[in-house]
Amino acid sequence: MNIEGWDITALGAGRVLPVVTAPEPVLSRVGEAVDPTDPQVVALAADLVATMAVSPGCVGLAAPQVGVGMQLFAVDVTNHPKAATVHGAFVLANAVIVEASRWRPGREGCMSVPDLTGDVKRAGRIVVTGELPGSGRKVTITTDAFEARALQHEIDHCNGLLFLDKVSGAHAIYQRKVYL
Amino acid sequence: MTDVHGAELAVTVIGPDRTGIVADVAGALALLGANLTDSTMTRLRGHFAMTLICTAPASATEVEAALLPLSADGQLLVTVRDVGPDESAHNGGLPYLLSVHGADRLGIVAAVTRVVADAGGNITDLSTRLVGPLYLLVAEVDLPEGVPGELAERLAQVADELGIEVNLRPAGADVL
Repeated sequence: MNIEGWDITALGAGRVLPVVTAPEPVLSRVGEAVDPTDPQVVALAADLVATMAVSPGCVGLAAPQVGVGMQLFAVDVTNHPKAATVHGAFVLANAVIVEASRWRPGREGCMSVPDLTGDVKRAGRIVVTGELPGSGRKVTITTDAFEARALQHEIDHCNGLLFLDKVSGAHAIYQRKVYL
Repeated sequence: MTDVHGAELAVTVIGPDRTGIVADVAGALALLGANLTDSTMTRLRGHFAMTLICTAPASATEVEAALLPLSADGQLLVTVRDVGPDESAHNGGLPYLLSVHGADRLGIVAAVTRVVADAGGNITDLSTRLVGPLYLLVAEVDLPEGVPGELAERLAQVADELGIEVNLRPAGADVL
């Protein structure tokens, strides 16, 4: 399934940026809304895609994770075994969750919290609105399963939240034993 | 206190981890006819740490003597004491989850839990971790009615002072 009007190649080639880790303060700040047609925002979108692509096991990357406090993130759950609906690799600006249902627990990790994973309850079906970098076109994305989880995780980053802020219990945090 | 099952005892075992500690503890208790009820065991920075409650047809002194071989090599510390049945201090509150994270510094746990205690909140489960420069605390807290809003404000103040992040939210328990 493709997002109408989305062409990732129009972003151009991005740079691979270093990923910051907690307790870096930018990860806990609410990101600023961006102008999705701003060439700098488009360049950052390309950088997020490039950085995500070279990071093993990475299914999403938000601007705060590369040290930029902005409402922009990339997601790509293509070929992930837990995914159902898949929209491929895309970037959204100023994304907001407008509907959420089918809440389920699941284990997740984060490149910005490399040593831990945690159980977090997320909606298994969501409707998200946002803007595409480049065209600035407003889109509404309906998705489910793992793509829904990835989107919620990235939108949290854009709002200064980590999965640590949402874990489901005192013993729902785990030391990571296997690194991808 | 003694009932038909015997005295209720609290046992703690702490020391360097090795294989077989749980089996040794449980085996010694079984030989005594002690019934292991609630227990928790984990490794804290590699140290074995176990706390359990058992009901035993024996005194704390007798159980401690039976567990003595465990600490014979001077590595493990084993303690046994009498406890009353169900000592939980239930404040009639609702369950909440508290996440705290930030750069490690002295006094995070002390400051945050003091605010919770002053609000009448009872911590029912807690774990903390230090991974690299990141300090993390997750606690389950029973909060009296009407307290959460005010407590969240006080926690936000403490978080500002310490330069850490604090998140208090209801613990949604789905009963199926």
